[in-house]
Amino acid sequence: MTAAVAPDPGVAAHGRRRIRDLVANPWGKPRFLWAYALLFVAWTLIPIVLAILFSFNPGRALSAFQGFSLRWYIGDPNESVLHDPALRRAVVQSLKLAVGTALITVPLGVSFAVGMDRWKGRGSGTTDFIMMFSFVVPELIVAVALFLVFTKSFTFVGLGTSGQLLGMIVLSIAFVVVIVRARLLSLGREYEEVAMDLGASPFQALRRVLLPLLFPATLACTAMLFVFTLDDFVIANTLSRDVATETISVKIWAARGTPTPVVNALGSTMLFAATIVVVLAYLLFRRLTRGESGERSVGLPIA
Amino acid sequence: MTRISSSRPVSSGAVGEPATRRTRRSSRDEGVWYPRWFWPSFSAPSTIVLLLLFVFPFYVIVGVAFGKLDPIFGDPIPVWNPAQWDRAALSFTLSNIVSSDGLYHAALIRTLWFVTGATALCLLVGYPFAYFLARHSGRFKPVFLAAFFAPFLISYMMRMTAWVNLLQDNGYVNQVLRWLGIMDTPYSWLSGKSLTVILGLVYGYVPLMVLPLYAALDRIPQSNLEASRDLGASPTSTFFRVTLPASGQAILAGVILCGLAMFGDYFTNQLLAGTTGTRMIGNWVVDSLASPLQVPRGATLALLLTLLLIPPILYYLRSSRRASRGVVA
Repeated sequence: MTAAVAPDPGVAAHGRRRIRDLVANPWGKPRFLWAYALLFVAWTLIPIVLAILFSFNPGRALSAFQGFSLRWYIGDPNESVLHDPALRRAVVQSLKLAVGTALITVPLGVSFAVGMDRWKGRGSGTTDFIMMFSFVVPELIVAVALFLVFTKSFTFVGLGTSGQLLGMIVLSIAFVVVIVRARLLSLGREYEEVAMDLGASPFQALRRVLLPLLFPATLACTAMLFVFTLDDFVIANTLSRDVATETISVKIWAARGTPTPVVNALGSTMLFAATIVVVLAYLLFRRLTRGESGERSVGLPIA
Repeated sequence: MTRISSSRPVSSGAVGEPATRRTRRSSRDEGVWYPRWFWPSFSAPSTIVLLLLFVFPFYVIVGVAFGKLDPIFGDPIPVWNPAQWDRAALSFTLSNIVSSDGLYHAALIRTLWFVTGATALCLLVGYPFAYFLARHSGRFKPVFLAAFFAPFLISYMMRMTAWVNLLQDNGYVNQVLRWLGIMDTPYSWLSGKSLTVILGLVYGYVPLMVLPLYAALDRIPQSNLEASRDLGASPTSTFFRVTLPASGQAILAGVILCGLAMFGDYFTNQLLAGTTGTRMIGNWVVDSLASPLQVPRGATLALLLTLLLIPPILYYLRSSRRASRGVVA
């Protein structure tokens, strides 16, 4: 590269060619792209890493490290995540909604995906369309619509935990459907056909052949759904009734303008919970899909 | 078409041989093994949930938008019968959108500008990374993929808070900028700057752009690129004539996914700016829920927003459907 600025014309031409080769060779090592990718990853992750580090800061500063402490997690008798009753309630509420949504939505979604994979009759196209529509429509619009439904029509649901739960379920069914359907497409129908040729009833083929084959994908999307719901903001905020039904995200949002280490600690707590779930699910997933190539077993949901 | 697929093939039945043998691999043999209600019944529970809590709510929005206000309490009352619809809220909202000093005019223009700018930046920032991920990451692919997927698992609020830390007046961003000699006085990023909001949106939604781009670029066969090179195309023209057209659908998908998410965003600007000068249309929609008198206007806004977004949604659904069929074939 330095040769390019050398005065000797021969060397300069050589240098130019070298630079051209460097840029032009499509199978060489693209240094620029590598640098860019590293920069991209740094940009993505460094803010998060710093936020996690700040949550272990003993003081209130957000721009200087003063040491390591668990003050904002468990140490501080009033303001830590563990001892502030409002924050503790938010953690519990988030976990409650995430577990509830994952447990209810996954069976609904798997069943829907299996049904739609085989049902090609009248009405299936419309049903499918509505499902996919719910996948891409902005969450805000659904949240507003459900707010009106729960306050005007289905007043027996009302705002609060049950409303939030229903809202999250509606918005996450499509997610499960997309992942499970990708898996169904890659599986094909042969396994079931073999099972039935060997004398299994449709239900037996489903229960003893198809569901076990779907289990890894189901597990993966349970974990992901748990994490997404844990982090959900729009539904949780719009459909919360009062302070008692606010989730972690809502608390973080409510603290805007006055960022404190507690907010970082709260966010980090959520991140740790999500990481634990994802790692556990991943380990289990690996055990279950031994001998299979990873791409096939989940499939990339978005085209 | 639906008739054929749901009815039992007549010819095989007439011959009298087991239909299962003849039409084994065709998808038209559902009726042979299963009662007709068998598979639809699997889809029924989710369908009912969707009808009650997704389709019906849209009608409630319409009912409230064209509804009445309770004369005593001022509460909005949805009106179900289209013949009795009251267009007051609609005309109020429309006139406030159209006239240049209207309530919603500035917010709508700002939203369009934020979304367009941030989406374009997402594409600009995301494409090279997706390209790298798909073609050049080599044996480090899992590492980069993990780094790329991490934001999906981290709460959006947490990611924005992380930037709030850094963008303080005495925060790391200003410290670095001063150290590099780019500016002397600290820039107050968090005091209602449009730039901060746009950059925040880019940071928040760029994963949605990279995902479809990566999926498409990863699918381009290496042999296509080699063929292009063998036929004498330069790397640049290979990129513009092979790679870019092959990722055209994905670019549109990414733009739509990002744009849709940003249109529904009302919290990024609140976290990173929080002034009236950065209000977006979503803020008007959400804030209207707090006061009963405003609810019909908010419902109307939500309705108009939905109408605005339906064309891109339909386009996305159609193209992704075609793409997923392509994968199977």
